[in-house]
Amino acid sequence: MLELDGVLLASVQTELTDATVVALQEDLLDRAAATGADGVVIDVSAVEIIDSYLARVLTEITLAVRMLAARTVVAGMRPAVAVTLVEMGLDLPEVETARSSAHALEMLARR
Amino acid sequence: MNDGAWNTPVSPGDDSRRAAAPNGSGARPHDGTALVAEALRSRREQLAQRWADATPFRAVYVAGRDAAVGAAHRLVDALAEVAGSGHCADPSAPGFERVRPQLAEMLAERGAAGATAAQLGAEVAELRHALLALVRDHASHEGGDAGDAVVAAMELVGTLRLVAMETVLDRDAGIIARQRQEILDTATPVLRLWDGVLAVPLIGTLDSARSQVMTEALLEGIVEQRAEVAILDITGVPMVDTVVAQHLMRTATAVRLMGATCVLSGIRPQIAQTIAALGIDLGGIRTRSTLADALAWALRHIGAPAGG
Repeated sequence: MLELDGVLLASVQTELTDATVVALQEDLLDRAAATGADGVVIDVSAVEIIDSYLARVLTEITLAVRMLAARTVVAGMRPAVAVTLVEMGLDLPEVETARSSAHALEMLARR
Repeated sequence: MNDGAWNTPVSPGDDSRRAAAPNGSGARPHDGTALVAEALRSRREQLAQRWADATPFRAVYVAGRDAAVGAAHRLVDALAEVAGSGHCADPSAPGFERVRPQLAEMLAERGAAGATAAQLGAEVAELRHALLALVRDHASHEGGDAGDAVVAAMELVGTLRLVAMETVLDRDAGIIARQRQEILDTATPVLRLWDGVLAVPLIGTLDSARSQVMTEALLEGIVEQRAEVAILDITGVPMVDTVVAQHLMRTATAVRLMGATCVLSGIRPQIAQTIAALGIDLGGIRTRSTLADALAWALRHIGAPAGG
């Protein structure tokens, strides 16, 4: 996890199990609170499977980070993952999305 | 002549001996099916010559009568095999398998010449005249029950007709499947309108299969081109109902999850009216009336130089 200009950048490099997802969630929120970051970027470009649990946790992270007065952007979702989520009816309405981490940082810097 | 010599001494034994001879079926001797099989075998040449003049053969094998007779021979042999095995009513009888390719070829030729499926069926059914005349003749000579034989022959021709129709349907189904795939592959191009702007001009009815292909192609395009805006142009979609709207919503949502923005354009007044009347909520999608408007919005959104 990196911190750049008040933005936390978490890049997920492995397939996520339920346990690592929970660890990621706690870790991110702790760091966000500690550093007072205004943005959190979760790069999921290496993730091939997002199940309903992970989708829910992404939404929870977004809502929790919002309470810390910061924004969350999920970046680099793969086409197959996007299609699967839509098929499952999980359209993550609360979550902001970006094409890549760079795009996400740009978005956070812009506003 | 020969019959007389057989019949005079042992009239009742005659039948049983005959039945054992040609096919060893042990069924009731000279029942209709066996008689038809026998007629087909012993009068193979005669029937083939007459069939060669019938439409399905004559019209297809225009190169020469020999070819038509040869094809007719093969059909007679196949029918003899079917009748011999006693499965006159079974379209999957082994005998038919041998002539399926030939039938398919003949019927395809007739179909290409403009014959409808109904006409093809009638043409195949016409073959029965020669067969029935021959079976009747054979029965009267051999002393079998002509009525049973005619019924069996009719059954056999009926099954042949069914087999012929199956080959026509198989061919048509193949053509339809191939064309459907071609339409799927060619009808959903993903165009790069500008650096970072993609468009998919949708033409024709949007069903689930097409919508899936379109979504996949669009998402792949977004990754490849690093596109920020994807425009779905529905100018060529004749009608939008709840199903189509749902497909569009899903595509737009998937595009959003990828981090790009989806714009729906080409909504004609009638379609806008229909969507409103159906109470479909396209709230999640940004819409523009024309592709040009959508492109103008996209250029502003990505911050492209004005006037471009």
